Amino acid sequence: MSDVSLLRGKAACVGAATFGCGESPGWTATELMGEAVRGALADAGLNLSDIDGIWAATAVHAMPAMSLAEYLGIQPKYSSGSNIGGSSFMSHVLDAAMALDAGVVDVAVIAYGSNQRTAGGFRSVSEPMPFEAQYEPRNPITAYALAANRYMHEFGATREHLAEVAVAARAWASENPEAFARDPLTVDDVLAARMISDPLGKLDCCLVTDGAAAIIMTRSDRARDAMAKPVYMLGAAMAHDHRMISQMPSLTTTCAVDSGWRAFGMAGYGPGDMNTVQIYDAFTINTILFLEDLGFCEKGEGKDFVSDGRIAPGGALPVNTNGGGLSCVHPGMYGMFVMIEAIRQARGDAPGRQIENAQLCLAHGNGGVLSSQATTIWGTKDTL
Amino acid sequence: MKGPEEIWRDHLAEGRFMLQRSVSTGAYVFYPRPFVPGSGEDDLEWVEASGEGVVYATTANRRSPEKGGTFNVALIDLAEGPRMMARVVGIDPDSVAISMKVRAKVEDLNGAPAVLWEVADE
Repeated sequence: MSDVSLLRGKAACVGAATFGCGESPGWTATELMGEAVRGALADAGLNLSDIDGIWAATAVHAMPAMSLAEYLGIQPKYSSGSNIGGSSFMSHVLDAAMALDAGVVDVAVIAYGSNQRTAGGFRSVSEPMPFEAQYEPRNPITAYALAANRYMHEFGATREHLAEVAVAARAWASENPEAFARDPLTVDDVLAARMISDPLGKLDCCLVTDGAAAIIMTRSDRARDAMAKPVYMLGAAMAHDHRMISQMPSLTTTCAVDSGWRAFGMAGYGPGDMNTVQIYDAFTINTILFLEDLGFCEKGEGKDFVSDGRIAPGGALPVNTNGGGLSCVHPGMYGMFVMIEAIRQARGDAPGRQIENAQLCLAHGNGGVLSSQATTIWGTKDTL
Repeated sequence: MKGPEEIWRDHLAEGRFMLQRSVSTGAYVFYPRPFVPGSGEDDLEWVEASGEGVVYATTANRRSPEKGGTFNVALIDLAEGPRMMARVVGIDPDSVAISMKVRAKVEDLNGAPAVLWEVADE
């Protein structure tokens, strides 16, 4: 009988890099992604010719793994461009861990790149939603606004609660030299920002930036030889329960309940063990929903959990320590950057916002319109 | 023979809002498919929707007057069970509220027939 928990700790991230975050005029998405891969390889002390497994997803490539492999000049033994939205990269980590453990590949790269900010805004190869498009939802924001509206109704949350998420993210960003938006931000600023789709205003929404990111994974026995401090994949799981927001079973509970439960089960740790929590905050409501669904607080308590600086610098739980998609970087699909912040914290390589003794770091991805959820748990050697 | 989506749109073009119902289980299906999602019964028949619904979630998409003005997007729980995205009209887009009872009508929206909803008389 096979057991998914046998994958625990079998693979590690041995290299990580970002490239061109913020604004990169004159660069294409593929070029940015290629440079992120080179950066991650340099971090790992490996060469292009060492890569034999490649995973990539973007909003603008129909066949991203092939485009990237050709660009890098490599012929992988295995590749996948599986796309479940912004959480694709967490699911790629699970894929890569399986492929590494099975001996299908020896060195896996997972990559993302986008030039959406300088190319004129978010574009996607995604198809229109067949029974929704006629009503002109401005997705993704309309879908998240509907979820926020429902959450406020069911649990008595206010726009001030949502604003607390943006304020905490900005406070972290102000401590991160790499973050895009670092000016001070108050709850009043968030409430006064231009309304876009009630109840979400402009500052309830993620940034629109350029940027690329990549990580390199190997089997853990080989990771010991890497240049960078290995960070081990202790748990990973994914789930999805709809594509269109109208088909989401409940707008206030995501299937992060399921992905989180299984990822924690594989890792043998629980929410209370996590030293940092990185979650995909495309909109302020996300952070509240995922903290609840991943088990950091009860359903309906998230609105209070994020308030009074609890998830901000100096608070009880460090959440989105890079500043998140709200204030650090958000080039269309943010999942890679969520994981890289978890990995950097576990490596002790997060200048300005390093959490002391960050041994166990959760990185949770969200894709589509609260559609796909993928949870990864990363740890240092001592957590194995 | 057409697929269920085109049949549904043909009904809509005739001013009829139709749902599918499984003869054996009584389960209603929307959006249309050749089978009941998740369980697979393929004994679906077309039935007229009651036109009764309740607002499950709502938002006002802000848009400048020159581009057509702010408009409502809502999720409506149909009396028959399924949920659909739609628009509540005849009321300020940001006055639509969760739990409002609404009634369906088929009217043109941006050049094609659509299911729109109005606040129901109590």
